[in-house]
Amino acid sequence: MNGALRVDAGGRINRARPLRFTFDGHELTGFEGDTLASALLANGVHLVGRSFKYHRPRGILAAGSEEPNALVAVRRDDARYTPNLRATQVELYDGLEAHSQNRWPSLSFDIGAVNDLLSPFIPAGFYYKTFMWPRSAWKSLYEPRIRAAAGLGESPTQADPDRYSNRYVHCDVLVVGAGPAGLAAASAAADVGARVILCDEQSELGGSLLGEPDGARAPQIEGERASAWLTQTIDTLTRNPRVSLLPRTTAFGYFPHNLVGLNQRLTDHLANPHPDSPRERQWQVRAQEVVLATGAIERPLVFPGNDRPGILLAAAARTYVNRYGVIPGSRAVVITACDEAYRAALDLHDAGVFIATIADVRAQAYGPLAERARRAGLPVQTLTTLVGTSGRLRVNAVQLARIGDDGKVIDGVQTMPCDLVLMSGGFTPSVHLFSQSRGKLAWDDKAQSFVPAQSAERVRSAGSCRGTFALAAVLEDGASAGSAAAGDAGFANTARRPAVPAADPAIGAYAGALPQPGESTGHKAFIDWQNDVTTRDLALATREGFRSIEHIKRYTTTGMATDQGKTSNLNALGFVSRQLDKPIPEVGLTTFRMPYTPVTFGAFAGFARGDLFDPTRTTPTHDWAARNGAVFEDVSLWKRARYFPRNGEAMHAAVARECLAVRKGCGIFDASTLGKIEVVGKDAVTFMNRMYVNAWTSLAVGRSRYGVLLRDDGFIYDDGVVARTAEDRFHVTTTTGGAARVLAMMEDFVQTEWPDLSVWLTSTTEQWAVIAVQGPHARRVLEGLVEGIDISAQAMPHMSVAPGRICGVPMLLFRVSFTGELGFEVNVPADFGLAVWEAIHAAGQQHGITPYGTEAMHVLRAEKGYIIVGQETDGTVTPDDAGLAWAIGKSKPDFVGKRSLQRPAMAAADRKQLVGLFTADSQVVLDEGTQVMLERDQRPPVRPLGHVTSSYYSPVLSRSIALALVAGGRARMGEALYVSTPNGDVPVQVTSPVFYDSEGARLNG
Amino acid sequence: MLLIECPYCGERPELEFVYGGQAHIARPQNAPDLSAQAWSDYLYQRDNTKGIHAERWRHTHGCGRFFNALRDTTTDHFIAIYKVGEAAPAALKTRKVAL
Amino acid sequence: MAELSAARASPRITACGLLRALPPIGRYVLRGGPLVMAAAGSALGLAISPTVCRSWVNMNRAALCLGPDEHLLLGPDALEIAGVLEPALRDLPHSLVDVSHRQTALEISGPHAAVALNAGCPLDLDRAAFPIGMCTRTVLAKAEIVLWRTGEDLFHIEVWRSFAAYVSRFLDEAAREVAF
Repeated sequence: MNGALRVDAGGRINRARPLRFTFDGHELTGFEGDTLASALLANGVHLVGRSFKYHRPRGILAAGSEEPNALVAVRRDDARYTPNLRATQVELYDGLEAHSQNRWPSLSFDIGAVNDLLSPFIPAGFYYKTFMWPRSAWKSLYEPRIRAAAGLGESPTQADPDRYSNRYVHCDVLVVGAGPAGLAAASAAADVGARVILCDEQSELGGSLLGEPDGARAPQIEGERASAWLTQTIDTLTRNPRVSLLPRTTAFGYFPHNLVGLNQRLTDHLANPHPDSPRERQWQVRAQEVVLATGAIERPLVFPGNDRPGILLAAAARTYVNRYGVIPGSRAVVITACDEAYRAALDLHDAGVFIATIADVRAQAYGPLAERARRAGLPVQTLTTLVGTSGRLRVNAVQLARIGDDGKVIDGVQTMPCDLVLMSGGFTPSVHLFSQSRGKLAWDDKAQSFVPAQSAERVRSAGSCRGTFALAAVLEDGASAGSAAAGDAGFANTARRPAVPAADPAIGAYAGALPQPGESTGHKAFIDWQNDVTTRDLALATREGFRSIEHIKRYTTTGMATDQGKTSNLNALGFVSRQLDKPIPEVGLTTFRMPYTPVTFGAFAGFARGDLFDPTRTTPTHDWAARNGAVFEDVSLWKRARYFPRNGEAMHAAVARECLAVRKGCGIFDASTLGKIEVVGKDAVTFMNRMYVNAWTSLAVGRSRYGVLLRDDGFIYDDGVVARTAEDRFHVTTTTGGAARVLAMMEDFVQTEWPDLSVWLTSTTEQWAVIAVQGPHARRVLEGLVEGIDISAQAMPHMSVAPGRICGVPMLLFRVSFTGELGFEVNVPADFGLAVWEAIHAAGQQHGITPYGTEAMHVLRAEKGYIIVGQETDGTVTPDDAGLAWAIGKSKPDFVGKRSLQRPAMAAADRKQLVGLFTADSQVVLDEGTQVMLERDQRPPVRPLGHVTSSYYSPVLSRSIALALVAGGRARMGEALYVSTPNGDVPVQVTSPVFYDSEGARLNG
Repeated sequence: MLLIECPYCGERPELEFVYGGQAHIARPQNAPDLSAQAWSDYLYQRDNTKGIHAERWRHTHGCGRFFNALRDTTTDHFIAIYKVGEAAPAALKTRKVAL
Repeated sequence: MAELSAARASPRITACGLLRALPPIGRYVLRGGPLVMAAAGSALGLAISPTVCRSWVNMNRAALCLGPDEHLLLGPDALEIAGVLEPALRDLPHSLVDVSHRQTALEISGPHAAVALNAGCPLDLDRAAFPIGMCTRTVLAKAEIVLWRTGEDLFHIEVWRSFAAYVSRFLDEAAREVAF
């Protein structure tokens, strides 16, 4: 095949640039400017896919994004394999490799086509009725088989290597659609100085003008050929720096407050994309005013066998001839309910296609286009319907029948051979975006369509998307919409009226199935091509009692395919309306949802992939830890050193070594990720009293205290050490994960509940690097480094805080311990963190200082029964449950959560309380989260007493330890309970949650 | 994504804000003396308005301020924005939305 | 003992054509009412007022009003700022907190700077909507930043230190594709 089915000249293809491409391995040729669809038609290829359910041979129906049939996969390599692309939107490039879908073993011989013969047994709702039991078979048997047999394309087998981009942008006027209305609107708005964005899904701006003939038959705008007007208009817009023109850009969704999502395809049309170019860019456009000029989609007609390859929408055929110079057939039958089909017949006739007949279902065809057709000698038959077609892989004949005055089909069928059928049921305005903007639609009986009525956003519709079809009117409509939009955006409203001769209006439309003789021909009449929904399916749904179009849609799946029913919705409505004998507006309209056409996942992900998926927060000592072999763990967005294996140690060995080093000598630990909030103001202490459960008035400057923060429902929200660094200043620490939410909660109270307090909050989490030095030798390590502070046990007891210097930099030194050992936390400004860490580490060498990670920290604190918020607590744990009732300032009149703690249920004896568990076999380490039970091997239903919250092997005790929340736990000391393990239930003994140094002597070392 | 007019910074995208729930629910001054029912109402009972809803927003990634807004929950249109401590514009708040 | 204060080790950030890391400076968050701001302004030689999203610059000092009672004060040396402000504000209710090390600064410049920022920043950066001198907290993709326009094609970005690597990587990536 050589692509010879072309007219000699004309169109917007570049005949000097032939392009090679393959379809299912066949080498074919097209031209620059072709789509895959036009190039296939030029090569005489009409069969391009198999249908979703019945595997029927399908061809190209349309020329634009509404195409329901011609879905193909385009492959660049194993990773760049894109299924389900509309061949009508795939731009040809040299070397393009396209594949048909949903067929096996080949497109022309497809085993799955047996479904077409079985179709009486697989009507609408067939899945729901048939695959009901056994229930277990649905997942294992039915669903996989159905998915394999029915379906679209296949997924690529490798990760997407392309880049995707995002851009936020603002404009005064966003114009969606660059047809005549959109161009006129954009020009009008740009002329008065508005910031304008004009986008269009096609490769070229121009919309319907691109499908018009050039030369003598060209439509005229402002006294010149439409193509010249188009060139000049685009030129003027391009030169305006306040205008952005975005071809290949689909407005896929309309979101509140005039945010419109655009998907721009940057490289899919290129043979060799630049490696730095993203494949797609998502634009999030915030527009003051929006003009929708989204055009209209030609509606197919519904008749038996209307899905054979070679049956095209009339306007699509016209586009193929005029824009691409393609002759889509040699002998055409036109079936129409709309004058526009005559225009197509005339253009195809001019291109040398034999027009066998123009069958018009209407009683009369006397518009100017019909007259021109008659004058050109084209046969016109009115009151004629199409009752059947034939041809296995391409239409080869149609059967026509007369319609009587009563609207019934008269017996007697006329068979007419043809290789092309053009059909037109009128035009459906594209109101998708308007509807997504929550605008109200109204039924227009003349156009047999819904049109925009009342806007909910600052949006206008112009041109054929609101039922204005004649070119002159469309241009005027666009210009005035553009002017008005610019006016409302604060610019001069100067309505501009291009001088255009009156053009032929589109007259006539049809919704529903064409009249058919009483007895069925047995051929399916398709309403939804992509989901294979026929008139019979819709009739069945109404017979079974479905009345709402929303229910019928879901039962039959009409309009639910990836094309969102662009070609099918109105016909489905018209058909159901006749079945139910209710006018269409009463049947209702299904919701339009985004996206208008499918958008890649990549476009939504944008930059957020790989190392930009989320910020990775690291502490000032991160590089040192990495250099020293640390294994990191994720704690919220932070990377924290989990342990520091030496010489290939396994985790448990490293953790045991680190734990013992802290207990016997000295460890160093990076605690920088702890949240820190500076609470400052003369009412700081009042604020702290109201916020935390603790009593703060008695806390002296230079002292710190363990604070517990509740929500007002009485449950633990956060905890941390709080130091008073001045009368009016507290240094509050929070959990790592809680830093942001605690600050937000405090701000809420400061701003909205207690605006009377003179207090301000500032996050200082990242101001400080925090280096914990813990263990019996901790003081000896620091002694030589600290300046200006006496850190002796007497001068600096447990829970004291002092400013000073270390290694020449300012420091806030905490005497504090989360390990149960003598401990300090050195706070230095973060930029000095690494240097100070290294200095301490060096000075500690003679004392065997050992860096330890979060895992050892967890074990050490669990040995001491210190809770971790989020591990021992889950949003239902009170201070008393966690054994922290001692922290509550009993004499305070109020604090956040106090009233809730007074509820009787909060003091019930059977609340889950924090206890320790010792396994009978000291070497068994329980799983965290496991249930704790009263008896062994209970039969379901089991009512557990609680669950294990923390569980470790304690190196210093040489046995396992676990913390658990157990109902009435403190009254069960010494009791035997059971915990399930993978090897069956094991006995445990309830014990104190403090496993080591219960008198706390080591803290004061 | 809504466009929200912060009373301090002007119109900003919703990304910069955090929703704060229903407005004008003051924490009782005498919380510890409150009946269980009254405390439960304060903690848990909120309107589920179809129409004009008084709600709190915080311009977290902006000036950090909380403020109040009247928003029509059926259209997402903001009817009024006002600062913490100010009363809701009364005439607007009681306006019923025709549906 | 060894003196380490000389070298501040700011977080590592990559730089591309549009982006450069700024050297360490002193920073304070000043909170308080109009009297505090007026007193601070006269002490620092900046005519500051509680006008949100505005900035004032005098020599190498700057004040950025980020909220109705909040200014971010920038200067070459933190101690010097504190030394000037503490006496001036002694009798006024306020909060002055050193955040010199909490955040770090980047500068993005060139005719594509605004476009690169708009890859992740949802604000209108047109010069009419975001004039020179405007400053605000906002978001850049998944990080919070303070964005301050210091010239026609020049932006100063303040970002918390642990987000700096992400922000610079993000802008680096965004800058790669502004030409397309």
